[in-house]
Amino acid sequence: MLLYILKRLIYVTPVAFGVSVVCFLLVHLAPGDPLSAVLPADATQATIDEMRSAYGFDKPLPVQYAIWLWHVLQGDLGTSIATGRPVLGEVSRAVVNSLILASVATLIGFTFGTLFGFVAGYRRNSVLDRTASALSVFGVSVPHYWLGMVLVIIFSATLGWLPPTGAGPDGSGNWRPDFEHLRYIILPAVTMSVIPTGIIARTVRALVADILAQDFVEALRAKGLDEWGVFKHVVRNAAPTALAIMGLQLGYLLGGSILIETVFAWPGTGFLLNAAIFQRDLPLLQGSILVLAMFFVLLNLIVDVMQTALDPRIERA
Amino acid sequence: MTATKSDAMPDAPAVELGDLKVGFGKIRVVDGVDLTLERGQAMALIGESGSGKSVTLRAILRLFPEGRSRITGTLKVAGRDVLALSKRELADFRGRTVSMIFQEPLLAFDPVYTVGRQITEAIQRHEKVSASEARKRALALFERVRIPSPERRLDNYPHEMSGGMRQRAMIALALACRPQVLLADEPTTALDATVQIQILLLLRELQRDLGLSIILVTHDLGAAVEVADRISVMYAGHVVETGSAHQVVLDPHHPYTIGLLRSRAEGAMDKGARLQTIPGSPPDLANRPPGCPFAPRCFLAAERCRQEMPPVAEIAPGHRVACWRTEEAAAAFRAGESAREAVPA
Ligand SMILES: Nc1ncnc2c1ncn2[C@@H]1O[C@H](COP(=O)(O)OP(=O)(O)OP(=O)(O)O)[C@@H](O)[C@H]1O
Ligand code: SF4
Ligand SMILES: [Mg+2]
Repeated sequence: MLLYILKRLIYVTPVAFGVSVVCFLLVHLAPGDPLSAVLPADATQATIDEMRSAYGFDKPLPVQYAIWLWHVLQGDLGTSIATGRPVLGEVSRAVVNSLILASVATLIGFTFGTLFGFVAGYRRNSVLDRTASALSVFGVSVPHYWLGMVLVIIFSATLGWLPPTGAGPDGSGNWRPDFEHLRYIILPAVTMSVIPTGIIARTVRALVADILAQDFVEALRAKGLDEWGVFKHVVRNAAPTALAIMGLQLGYLLGGSILIETVFAWPGTGFLLNAAIFQRDLPLLQGSILVLAMFFVLLNLIVDVMQTALDPRIERA
Repeated sequence: MTATKSDAMPDAPAVELGDLKVGFGKIRVVDGVDLTLERGQAMALIGESGSGKSVTLRAILRLFPEGRSRITGTLKVAGRDVLALSKRELADFRGRTVSMIFQEPLLAFDPVYTVGRQITEAIQRHEKVSASEARKRALALFERVRIPSPERRLDNYPHEMSGGMRQRAMIALALACRPQVLLADEPTTALDATVQIQILLLLRELQRDLGLSIILVTHDLGAAVEVADRISVMYAGHVVETGSAHQVVLDPHHPYTIGLLRSRAEGAMDKGARLQTIPGSPPDLANRPPGCPFAPRCFLAAERCRQEMPPVAEIAPGHRVACWRTEEAAAAFRAGESAREAVPA
């Protein structure tokens, strides 16, 4: 198993390298001059040139890349043009916040998704199944920023039970696992969990139905197992795929939550990316994308390793 | 309430089926089967594809979902009325009094559990024994069915074993709780010819040593004669002929049995060849014609056959045939045999 993980880590290296090149080029291929956002409109050519060489934009691209990569490998993602603070700090704080939100949302999605999926898969074509299927179609197709606003209107504006935006009462944007902060995470997490709930429910339903139709289930009954005994086998067979789907959903949520983070002013990567794009803060943009992409690569790796550990039929070597 | 072996009547037959009918929706797939399997006997069930052999076996364990199937008639195992068992009692009965060997062991094992774990699971389901005790029993079973390096093999996943070894492991699983009756549904069809024979010989040996009662579904008449004391021939959900292996093979009285024997004699004798050489095809079960179900394909069919269901006649002690023209059939068979002997192949 250890050998397998090592092997996977080696495979990942070229992928990570490619990702870094793409991240680097992305910013340089984008139209517009990155400096125009920070320089006054009437800046002289001399000032512009000075800034250019200060940020290293005057050197040829491969050299710029090498310098950038060298810094990145040392944990230096540069300085945000807009705030003047190190990008690494900004990004890691945002990543932590996003990770927390995405994890809570995935957990909610996984809980309800597997619940609905199992019920629907066991009782196919029953009323329960139809209801669960309808709910999951709704979950996957409803625009979630709209849902977020509806929830805010109901639970914050009308009922006043939950805070509408932010990550905590102090507004500082550092989430902590206490009661006050928990209240802030409920609305965005529930909103975000709707899609994974739907997707996980549909996948698990198909999975469970497929497992129940296999010959070995009849053989389990033939040796005297009751429904509970059979259920344990179904869970064990469904686990690798269900967990993989969960991992991938977590990945999607990490990368694709700009709209929800914006609606709820959640200080995560989506929020940060949004800010970086609108302020043309290129180092920040580059840094956040790189970190997010690496995160995705890592997550895929973890999902793979987990699946291999759980399913004896996958070759480990 | 747990079903122990002492609940059962000691001298009742191992399996007793009386006018057993199994239907799915409007279709009756098994249509009045009468069979008795005495203790310690092995019976082979043969017949074309779709004749209801597997359904009969599964009915004995009541493996069909309640809502979508209907079972009526007498169904007794070791004197106990299987149709009267509660859910709980049924689960205790399965695997403990009767167990089943499936045709394709790769599909009948859970792919993500080791084989050993699946055996200890069965043991611990039915008996209060420790995990290490169950493991010891599983190891002994693996030795009993002659799996090489059994200790190591217990930790194999099903896909890590060869077909023959998997079927041995399946047999070990079936024997795990010392059942009285073993149901084997084409246990060797999925295997290579040489392995088939080994598995059949193993089954026969176990049956004799452990005093098991076996019902073996097979397409292979040679295997049936080799392993079974009795042979029952099924056609379209009916048992058309039943008797000792010798009675059925050497002195058949039903035209369908004769057809099977002839197709085998002509079919180059290759083991495991499907029995499909009788012209025509079985009746549509949803639309049974009146009279004998074999009439459209029978070389002896008379007017009466198409009108009235033939009665079951006892030709000799234990040899029963459902046909109007048993004597003509037997005579035709004897004539055919002497003709074959006269012309050396
Ligand atoms: N669960 C089921 N629901 C509905 N019909 C079924 C079911 N199982 C079997 N049948 C039908 O019952 C008939 C008999 O099937 P069965 O499997 O007993 O045949 P068989 O004699 O075992 O044939 P084979 O030699 O091919 O295994 C077939 O027509 C089949 O389509
Ligand atoms: S009853 Fe008639 S049709 Fe049926 S098997 Fe006998 S002879 Fe043939
Ligand atoms: Mg069958």
